[in-house]
Order: sequence, then C-alpha cells, then structure tokens
Amino acid sequence: MNLPGNDDKDLTRRSLLCRLGAAAAGAGLGSAVAVPASAAEHQHHGSHSGGSMQGMHGGANGPTLRGGAEFDPAAANGFDPDRFLRHFDWGETTRLPDGRTLREWEVNAVEKEIEIAPGIKFPAWTFDGQVPGRTLRCKAGDRLRIHFGNGAAHPHTMHFHGIHTARMDGVPGLGAGLIMPGERTVYEFDAEPFGIHLFHCHAAPLAEHIARGMYGTLIIDPPGGRPEADEMVMVQAGYNTTFDAEGNQFYFVNGIPFHYMYHPVRVKKDRLVRVYLTNMLEYDPVNSFHLHANFFEYFPTGTRLEPTEFTDTISQVQGQRGILEMRFPYTGKYMFHAHKSEFAELGWMGFFEVVE
Amino acid sequence: MSRATRIPLWALAAGVVLVVAVTLLAIGKFGAGTLPERNGPPVEDLRVERTVLRPGEIELTLRNAGPDPVSVEQASVNDAFVDLEGGGSPIGRLGQGTVTLDYPWVADSPYSVSLLTSSGVSIPVAIDAAVETPDGGGGFLLSMIVIGLYVGVIPVTLGMLALPVLRRGGRRWITVLIAFTIGLLAFLAVDGGLEALELSTEGSGVFGGAALVVLAAAVAFLALSGLDGWMRSRRSEAESAGASAWRLALMVAIGIGLHNLGEGLAIGSAYSVGELALGAFLIVGFAIHNTTEGLAIVAPLAEQRARPLRLLGLGLVAGGPAILGALIGGEVSNPEIAAALIGIGVGAIVQVVVQLLPAMRDGSGRLLGPANAVALGGGALALYLTGLLVSV
Repeated sequence: MNLPGNDDKDLTRRSLLCRLGAAAAGAGLGSAVAVPASAAEHQHHGSHSGGSMQGMHGGANGPTLRGGAEFDPAAANGFDPDRFLRHFDWGETTRLPDGRTLREWEVNAVEKEIEIAPGIKFPAWTFDGQVPGRTLRCKAGDRLRIHFGNGAAHPHTMHFHGIHTARMDGVPGLGAGLIMPGERTVYEFDAEPFGIHLFHCHAAPLAEHIARGMYGTLIIDPPGGRPEADEMVMVQAGYNTTFDAEGNQFYFVNGIPFHYMYHPVRVKKDRLVRVYLTNMLEYDPVNSFHLHANFFEYFPTGTRLEPTEFTDTISQVQGQRGILEMRFPYTGKYMFHAHKSEFAELGWMGFFEVVE
Repeated sequence: MSRATRIPLWALAAGVVLVVAVTLLAIGKFGAGTLPERNGPPVEDLRVERTVLRPGEIELTLRNAGPDPVSVEQASVNDAFVDLEGGGSPIGRLGQGTVTLDYPWVADSPYSVSLLTSSGVSIPVAIDAAVETPDGGGGFLLSMIVIGLYVGVIPVTLGMLALPVLRRGGRRWITVLIAFTIGLLAFLAVDGGLEALELSTEGSGVFGGAALVVLAAAVAFLALSGLDGWMRSRRSEAESAGASAWRLALMVAIGIGLHNLGEGLAIGSAYSVGELALGAFLIVGFAIHNTTEGLAIVAPLAEQRARPLRLLGLGLVAGGPAILGALIGGEVSNPEIAAALIGIGVGAIVQVVVQLLPAMRDGSGRLLGPANAVALGGGALALYLTGLLVSV
C-alpha cells in the first residue's frame, strides 16, 4: 500500500489534521479543511500523546471508517486499546509453602454493548467488560488460580490452552462444567509450558461465544525471562455484526477496527520490540500478520527460545499464536496488517510510528 | 314523521365524525399502554431507490421501508470500509435519505456495497456495472429529445402515411384493420402490465408495489373514460360521423401516448445506468414497432378527409410523451414511479380497446368473424415480433 507523505517530516500536526479533514470531506489532499481544535485533543489520549495521523483515510488513499479519527473507544466503552496493548495483568501473588508463587485473578463474564466503530453498537459477551479480555501473565512453574464468576445471562466457562487436568479444562461436562448465570468456580493449574497461550469461553455454541468477544491471552514467561524489550500484545479477531456466521463485518487487533491507523503504535528506533500475537478470529479460516519495510524473528507459540523464521509475513489459523521480535532501523511510519487484504480493508490494519 | 328525521343531516354526520375522532384520540393517548411491548430487535429495512455514480463517489438514495428508524453509520464497498457523507442520523418510517460514499470506482466493474446500520445490520446494495450517471445537463436533455423523436414521434407519424392505402380498401378492410389494431393494443396492455408488475417488485414496495400499478391503471382508465364521455356529451347534439371518427382517433392517440410515456421511461432509465445499446438497430426496431401504432391511430379515420395538420397533432399526442418519458426515466430511476407510469399506460390502452371494440363489427354484425380473429391475432403477433427488436 502506497501512502502519500509518509516520510514528509515537514508536516505539522495541524496540517496533518487538515489533510485528514480534507480527505474525510471527499476532497483531494491538496485542499485544506479546518478541523476543530477538539479533534486535535482526541489524538492525545492513551499512550500516543502528540502522535500524528496521516496516510490513508478515504478514496484511493485507503479504507477508512466514517469519523474513525475522532472516535475515542476509551470514552465510548470504558476500555482503551492503547492501554490494552502494553497492559499485562500479573495477578495477586502469594508464596506457597513449597516456595512456588501462587497467582490469583478474578475474572467475570459480563454482557456489554460496546461501540466497535463510530455509531456501530455490538452486543458483546466479555470477560470483565472488554474485548479482548485482560492479558494474564505469569512465570513458568507458577501455580495459577482463576476465580471465575458468571455475571451474564448465559452459561459460560473459561477454557485455557496449556497443560492441565481434565477437571480444569473449562469445558461442559468436565469438572465444574458450565458455569450458570450467577454461579462461580475456580480454575487452578500449573503454568506450563512457557510460551504464549490463550483462553476463551467453551460453552456452546462455541463459535458464537468466541465471536461475541470471550477470549484473551495467557503469557507464560520462560525461566529466566526473555531479553528486555518493548512488549505488546495483539489479539486478532473480528465482529460478525449480522450474526449470520458467514465471515465478519469488522476485523481488528485488540478490539477496535483501524484503531492503530488513527493512533499509531509508537516505538523507539533500534529498540527490540516484542509482539505477542494470537488469532481468535471466528468464521474465517486463516488470519495473517504482515509488517511493512522490516522483518521479524518468529517464535511459534513461544515455546522455544530460538526463532524458526525470519520473515515479514506469517499466517495463523484460529487458536494459533506466536511471538514476533523486531527492531526498526529507520524512523517513520510502518504499516502492519493482515495480508488478507479483505481483512485489512475491513479494519485489521495499523501503523507503527518509529521515533528516535 | 319520526323524531329521527327531524335531526338535520349535517348534524347527524358531524356527530358521527365527532364520536370517531374522540374515540381515536382516546385510543392514541391511552391505548398504547394497554398493549404489550414488542419483544424483538428493531426492524431495519432500507431500500435503495436510486444509485448515482460520479467520478470517485457513489451516491445512494435510500427509503426506509420498515417500521423503525434506521441510521447508516458505516459503509464498505467490495469489502473495504469507505468514508461517507449522509446517513448518520436516523431515517424515519417512509423517510428518505442519501449517503455518498467516497470510493474510486472503476468504470464497467460490478460493485457490492454494504451499508451498516447502528446495530450492525448489513444492507447490501449491488451495482451491476459502474457507469457514470448522466448529469442531467443540456447534452442529456438533447439526447433524450432526439431519442424520443426517433422512437416516438417519427415512427408514429410514419405509420399514419398508410391512411391513403386504407381509404382505398373499403369498409370491409377497415373493420379488419381495427381488429388488427385491437390485437396490437391488447398485446401492449398485457406486456406493459407484466412489465409494470415486475418493476414494482424492484422498488421499496412501501408505496404499494403491485397495488400501485393496478391503482394507476384504474385511474387512467377511469380518467380517459370520463374524458371521452365529456367529449361525447359536448358534441352529442350534432355529432357528424366525421367528428366521431376524429374523437376516436384522438382517444387512441392519447392512449398510445400514455403507453409511449412508459416506453420512453424505460429507455431513459436504461440509458442512465448505461444499459441502453443505442444504435441504428434499436432506432430501426422502435420505428417498425411504433409505426404500427400510427396505423392504429388512423384506422378510425379511413373514411375521413385527410387533414395533415390534425394528423401531425395526433402524431405528437401519441409520440411526444416518449420524449417526456425518456427525460423522467433518465432523471428519476425510481422503480415504483416507473411502474406506476407504465401502469397508467396500461389503463389508457385498455380504455382505448373498449372504445374501439364497437367499430370492429363486420358487415354481419359479428365481432369475431374469421377475418377479425385472424387480424386480432396478427396484431398481437406483429407487436410481439417487433418488440423482440427493441427490448431494453
């Protein structure tokens, strides 16, 4: 995708906003349209204070949502994809008699209508009112204890990927089985193997429970940890707003389509960036991740410390996940998106913005 | 005399209206609370009434055909989100709205548009082949006038040139010719009726669809019957055979004119979506097709003195509406309006057939003698065959 003005360092914030306004008004990039100062204020929320926007936005410049740049998902839904990106919930820790660490989390199933794009409301089923659910993080060998309450109107479960007993598998008919509305249970198991895993509701109909938003990432750090890096999590998924189980109307990472187009992920030049990437996309068989103008090391499932591939594009089927490590040698804005162009143009695309 | 008859009629009527009004107001004000709430999601039913393509943008005129307000929040074209203007605020029941999509469409390509409502419902819109919509300026006006002349006025007038031939044929041939005309008109009525009903299903349907077509046809039939009755009564004192023949010819011309309005409409709307293969074939096809219509107009005049100016006037009445229809069709591609206009043509034609029937009696007073039967079938067949040349 060829975007105008990507390396144009002379662009000021003001002129960028003007460009955006012009594009939104259906005019060419040459003519400037005044944008109210309040629109500029919106750009400052989250982790991207002072971040600029340019690039796509309409017509031949690329796909866009109406009002996408002004949309503030944090205000609309009380949960922020920018904060989600680098937020890892390490839980409450206590030391067990045998010296191991016990980590505990409280997770509740909640039904919540969320605004997934400007003006579009989606009746989501969530873990704790956000899509995706919080990223749970621990160290290999920790004892994990998840207190799960069902505050929703349908039966739900939490099914974790990992190595554990059948009783703790979070599927109907085994162990606690379905957790009915108003009921609670505790899932407890050891953190193994190390890597990037996921959790999701396993109540039937399975596809709908996942597609409605009940999924999240579980990261188990290897003994000794990984090299220091700017770490972030990206969960690929979609919204089937028509509920016809035939593809999706929106695709995204981290809950809000196109969010990182309007609010680029800011990273430092030459610094190691580590992306924990999972695919929870329902109703489409394969998802993918492509990075522009750079390559990354890929660690499938994160269960080995040696990368298997040095590439700029990987694919993941549903439930597949892996770790991407990259350094950006040049400043500027670099797009990342599904290299299934349909998914990209329906919301699964974003920018890294590399700064000194 | 009973007491009831002493109440004046107006007071009785006013009392009835008052009771009805008070009851309805009371139900409107207090009745809603006595009904259960609807247990289901809002019904979001938007129909596209018109698609306009301009370079870099697609404009859709929408009609809310459902009971609940609908707002179009986002839109994608061929699975890519696009910026849009319009929509956003809810379109009420039967209300109309316009959305303009910012999309670099490519000429001749098909597109599938999806409009997403606030609840995430997808309203699909298909564009079979992207063609820039004529802008309605002077050039468009001129082309529509020229098309209307070619397919309407000129062929109908040419058909009238058969008048001298008819005149030589004598009485027997005239009844056969009238039978031929009736066959031809009956075919037009059936053909137009089917087309109008088919078209009516393409629109939003909120304004009645097929019922609107029937209503339009009935209104046209009744209006023309009324007009005919009025012209008869005005001249009844001293109506000569000649005046009666000219009146009949005028009625036939009006009926055919209303039919040609619908025909022009089809041409104009086909032109505006780029589906009209304009060319000599089409023009010649229409000429042959509509020449037979000219013949129908002059059939009642076979025993009259030819009056060229009057004949030309009849030609304009019968052919001119094709120009008007083409202009409307090019500008307003609303299937329901088109269906209703074609329905008017059908009603008019049926009325003309009713008018012509008495003139079809042959020397022995029969309507369906062998010659007439053959002529009726021949007329229908002639229009069917020439119609094959010009289907748009």
